[in-house]
Order: sequence, then structure tokens, then C-alpha cells
Amino acid sequence: MSDNLQLNSEGKLKHFLSIEGLPKELLTEILDVAESFVGMTDQQIKKVPLLRGKTIVNLFFENSTRTRTTFELAAKRLSADVLSMSIATSSTSKGESLLDTIRNLEAMFVDMFVVRHAISGAAHFIAQQTAPHISVINAGDGQHAHPTQAMLDMFTIRQIKKDFSNLRIAIIGDILHSRVARSQIQALNTLGVAEVRVIAPKTLLPAHVESLGVNVSHNLNVGLKDVDVVIMLRLQKERMTSALLPSESEYFKCFGLTEDKLKIAKPDAIVMHPGPINRGVEIESKVADGPQSVILNQVSNGIAIRMAIMAMAMQKQGIV
Amino acid sequence: MLEIPRLLNQLEAELKQTIIDRRLSNPLMIGIRTGGVWVAEQMYQRLHISDPLGLLDISFYRDDFSQIGVNPNVRPSQLPARVDGRDIILIDDVFYTGRTIRAALNEIFDYGRPNQVVLGVLIERDGRQIPLSPDCVGASITLNVGQRIKLTGPDPLAIEIQTLTVAA
Repeated sequence: MSDNLQLNSEGKLKHFLSIEGLPKELLTEILDVAESFVGMTDQQIKKVPLLRGKTIVNLFFENSTRTRTTFELAAKRLSADVLSMSIATSSTSKGESLLDTIRNLEAMFVDMFVVRHAISGAAHFIAQQTAPHISVINAGDGQHAHPTQAMLDMFTIRQIKKDFSNLRIAIIGDILHSRVARSQIQALNTLGVAEVRVIAPKTLLPAHVESLGVNVSHNLNVGLKDVDVVIMLRLQKERMTSALLPSESEYFKCFGLTEDKLKIAKPDAIVMHPGPINRGVEIESKVADGPQSVILNQVSNGIAIRMAIMAMAMQKQGIV
Repeated sequence: MLEIPRLLNQLEAELKQTIIDRRLSNPLMIGIRTGGVWVAEQMYQRLHISDPLGLLDISFYRDDFSQIGVNPNVRPSQLPARVDGRDIILIDDVFYTGRTIRAALNEIFDYGRPNQVVLGVLIERDGRQIPLSPDCVGASITLNVGQRIKLTGPDPLAIEIQTLTVAA
């Protein structure tokens, strides 16, 4: 898949489909623009007119609460008109093809699609097929990528740790099924952190995971040492087709984050989780709700980062 | 002719008179980034304003977004306290088409409903495109077609007049 599809002829963001292929300068620019949107919460009228008169369609072929609502709020705060479609209530369940759905929405003069789909590459496919003035944002495709989640995580890390260059980051849990982890690893390496570690049982790691630019550990007690940022992943029970784990309680015993385990990391380490949390499966409530947790900051930052990405993708609309 | 100290003195004098004429009480001063903030910092001292200086970044309110895109150097606006019911002195470096001021007013009104807004600029040049004009100016000038005026700074403040050459 060519990721140049994401940039227009001037090197500006056109579609946001994956972190892969995006230069460090562009990722930094997204974080900088998002910074200014955070301040907007001081305004009585929490809106800027950047996308006034534009129509954004949230196309969610897969369930989501946080991602869909923050995309919707972000679009509204940019003054766009938003249509959120959940596919269970649309014509695709009557057999209409994806492309027909897109063509019909195009005929309604929309400007942007925000797409979540269970099939990897769905957002790429729509970006390739759609009219040239339309931008496509990937809100999660299969096990491939969830780039806006990765960017809001980068934003949250930068907000607290300021600089990426000396950070050691541990990503813990179900790396195999996680599009979030894949996008995070790409973003962290592009932004130049000191080390990305993945900590998981062998059955929840993709083959050749080291080729993504990470160090691998199968032991939480060892892997958490000297870590600045602890990113927990949700155990994706719905994606597990074969028995990859003995049991949830066994998993918690080995890879669940507890207060004691967290003490192995640096004392000022922060704990992140993309949500939704399985309390008592991958993370203990005391940690999720504890002083080192920034899980709710991530949610708030999701609005600002999605505003930045949508505004940047819509600038100079129509330049291919 | 365009000496910075003289321009600053003139703007200060006009602002002082306007504060009296318009009966501004405890005014809030806001500078427009970047050049307007430099001028506002000077006026803020000279007029002994008590509330912290407000900084306005109008990038998200510009009317040419679809042509030029998001300014990558955008920074958060910092408006102190509440603007509801306040008397505001808005400061920019150069008044030209009026579009910057329109954007600035739109942004300020998203923070609340001020009582009055007075506009002070260091230099007013010809080329107005919308029915807005400054209340207080350091100097008014007319430039030739193709000439641009720019304030550089902050230390020292200086005025640069550039003649744009049209690419062949």
C-alpha cells in the first residue's frame, strides 16, 4: 500500500490513514496544532469556524464509543456538519456494497469520511476510490492501524514528559490483535524515543515483532524496569479465535498491571490505556484510577488531536 | 518619517485620549500575534494596565483557510479573566485590509460579550477591503501598489517596507 496517498502534491496532509510513511515534521505539526485547540475549552463558545459549511460523515462499520463521540465532537467544534452512521442501521446490512455506499454519500456532497472498519485496508480503499476533493481519516481498520489514537497518545506523552528523545516506553498485552499498538510503535519510533518495549506472552505477539523496531520481553517484572511510560492494551477477547491464553485470571497474574508491579517502573512513570478497560484483566482498578494514570487525559486530548487532523486534512481542499 | 519612538508616542497619546472620550474603565488590553503583541507590550506599560496582557492568535479564524491552510506556528490564545462586559483595547501592528481585525473580533466574541472594543494600530496603510477602521493610529501612510509594510522585532522594533517583485 502506498502511503504517499496520504499527502498532496505540496506534501501536506490529505488523508490520514496510517502513521507509516509520515515524516517526523508532520507528526510534530499535528501535535503543535492540537496544542492550540486544547486552549479552546476556555472559550464560552467552544467552536472555531475552520470547517464551517463542510460535511463530515462518520462511517462506523464497527462499534465504538470513545472514538466515534470524540470525532463527532471534534468535527462540531470545527463548525462542520456531522453525520454519524452506524452500519447496523444502514443499507449495507441490506447488501449494498461499500463502494455503493460511498458513491451515494458522495452524491450528497460530503467533504470527509471518517472510517472504522473490521477489515484492514478499508480506509485506504475508500481513499483510493473516492472523489478527489474528499479526505479520508482512518478511525481504526482491522488489525492494521488506528493512527488518531496513536497521535492522541503521543500528545498525552508530550504534554507530561515534554521531550521524546530520552523516553523508554513499554507496551503491554495483546500486541497481536492491536492496531493501536502498531500505530503507537510507528509513531514513537518516528518521533525518536530511546526505546520501545513490548511485553506479552509469545502467543499474543506477531511473528517477527522485532522488525517493527521494538525490544521484546515476556516478563513484566523485567520489562517494566526503567520505564517512563506504561501503555496497557485491552485484551481483545472478541478477536481471539483460538485458545491463545489459559485463562483471564492466569493472564492477570502474569501480565496484569498492579500497584506493586508499577513500582518496578520509574517513580514518575505514567500509565496509559486506549480503553475500554477490562478491569481486573489487564489492569487493576487501583492503578487505572490511581495518581499515575492519565487514561482520562487521553480521552480529552482525543478531541484536540482529531480537530487538528481533520483541519489539516481539509486545508487546501481539492489539491491532489 | 516612520520612526518607531514617534509612532509609539503618537499611538499612546491617541489611546489616552480615547480612554477619556469613550470612558473606558479598567480596560483589558489584547495584542494580536505576532507584531501586535510587541506593540501591545509597549502600550501595556505606558498605560499602566492592571490585568495581564491578552494574547490573541487568529489562525483558526482567518477567512483564507481554504487557500492557505492551517498556520503550523499557531499557538494557543491567552485571554485573561472574563471578557464579558469588559472594555477592551485591541492592538495590532499594521492595519491594511481589515480582515485580521474581523477575525480577531470574531474570536473575542467567542470568549464572551465585551462592553466596548477600541482598536489601536501602530501604522494604518491604504487598502481597506471591509468597513472597519482603527480608532487610534501611530501614523497613516499610503504605499505604492506592490509595496508591503512589516514590523520586525521585538527588540528592537523596526519597520520594513518591501517591494514585491512579480515573478516573470
